[in-house]
Amino acid sequence: MELVQMQKSLQDYTKSLFLDGVLDSQFLQLQQLQDESNPDFVSQVVTLFFQDSDRILNDLSLSLDQQVVDFKKVDPHVHQLKGSSSSIGAQRVKNACVVFRSFCEQQNVEGCHRCLQQVKKEYYLVKNRLETLFKLEQQIVASGGMIPAMELGF
Amino acid sequence: LDLQFLFAMGMAAAECQFHVLAVDDSLVDRKLIERLLQKSSCQVTTVDSGYKALEFLGLRQGTESNDPTALSPSPQVRKSLLLSFEKEVNLIITDYCMPGMTGYDLLKKLKESPAFKNIPVVIMSSENVPARISRCLEEGAEEFFLKPVRLADLNKLKPHMMKTKLKNQKLEEIETPSDDENGTVAAVEPEIKDSVEMEIKMLPLQSETEPKRVLLQVVQQEEQMLSNNKRKSMEEGLSTDRPRPRLEGIATAV
Repeated sequence: MELVQMQKSLQDYTKSLFLDGVLDSQFLQLQQLQDESNPDFVSQVVTLFFQDSDRILNDLSLSLDQQVVDFKKVDPHVHQLKGSSSSIGAQRVKNACVVFRSFCEQQNVEGCHRCLQQVKKEYYLVKNRLETLFKLEQQIVASGGMIPAMELGF
Repeated sequence: LDLQFLFAMGMAAAECQFHVLAVDDSLVDRKLIERLLQKSSCQVTTVDSGYKALEFLGLRQGTESNDPTALSPSPQVRKSLLLSFEKEVNLIITDYCMPGMTGYDLLKKLKESPAFKNIPVVIMSSENVPARISRCLEEGAEEFFLKPVRLADLNKLKPHMMKTKLKNQKLEEIETPSDDENGTVAAVEPEIKDSVEMEIKMLPLQSETEPKRVLLQVVQQEEQMLSNNKRKSMEEGLSTDRPRPRLEGIATAV
């Protein structure tokens, strides 16, 4: 594939993530922080987010599987995940966490189980999309091209 | 307090190396705040708890004692503090919600400490709780940022950091501000004219929220002058309205 074509694909792909609400403007903020001195900043932060989230989701599954659910343990985990997803612009994950927290507040075990499923679904979606995005970027860089700056207009 | 003066301060700030201590238990947020601060030309030290922050500053941990002197540096630490001048911290920015010691707890400890009460402290939180915000400001926090923190937020910090930097460097000359036709800035002016010491008191008393809006308004003007971020408009175009505490209502006229 030609370089220009790859760059266009990347732009279209990124645009679709915003239009679908998978990412919000905070992700643009991350991109703004990336420069020649920190060329991998976005992927570094996102990788930290993946590691953090994998751990949290695991802890959440364990906590919710207990005979007696300790909501004092569950809520801080969701709060953490809400925070980190918000920090990288993973909008749908964040929104799912907000719903999750309200079920925690109500101490609704079944509701929480459903929320966990929803959070996981959104998380794996954004993880998949971002991994694809980074692959596209890598292909461009490997072909000697530059990552196009995000454009306004949508 | 005119714009020229502010601009000069801004330029001076850009050349000075501010050292910021950032406190956050979240790994992602630590990475983010570190990069934000670096991008704002600051030296950054990050720690993951209030305890580590106090340790870094050289404060010996008091036990249950309410005695404020329990937080003065131990002799060995005092010595190393004198020797390592580069440990000078110009600003502390901390998350509010942290296990063990919250950002508020940390703020209190710092304000109770004779050695560190003058370091400006900024609180960050992902939750917009007005009672929480006013409690922090009343306790002496300079600013309260809603997360996720952005570059534009950090631009507000330069005046606060200049306060301690100038105080420490004991600058002899400070331009006397000319009279400003804009009456809204008048509230801030007397503080500077009165100041014989070199400390620039750009902030009025914490309890007065009106003047704080003025400062934000003035700083916003500086921001516009100095900012050449072409992505700013893109970001503004995309971002949805987030609830912000009224203190950040820069658009609100005083």
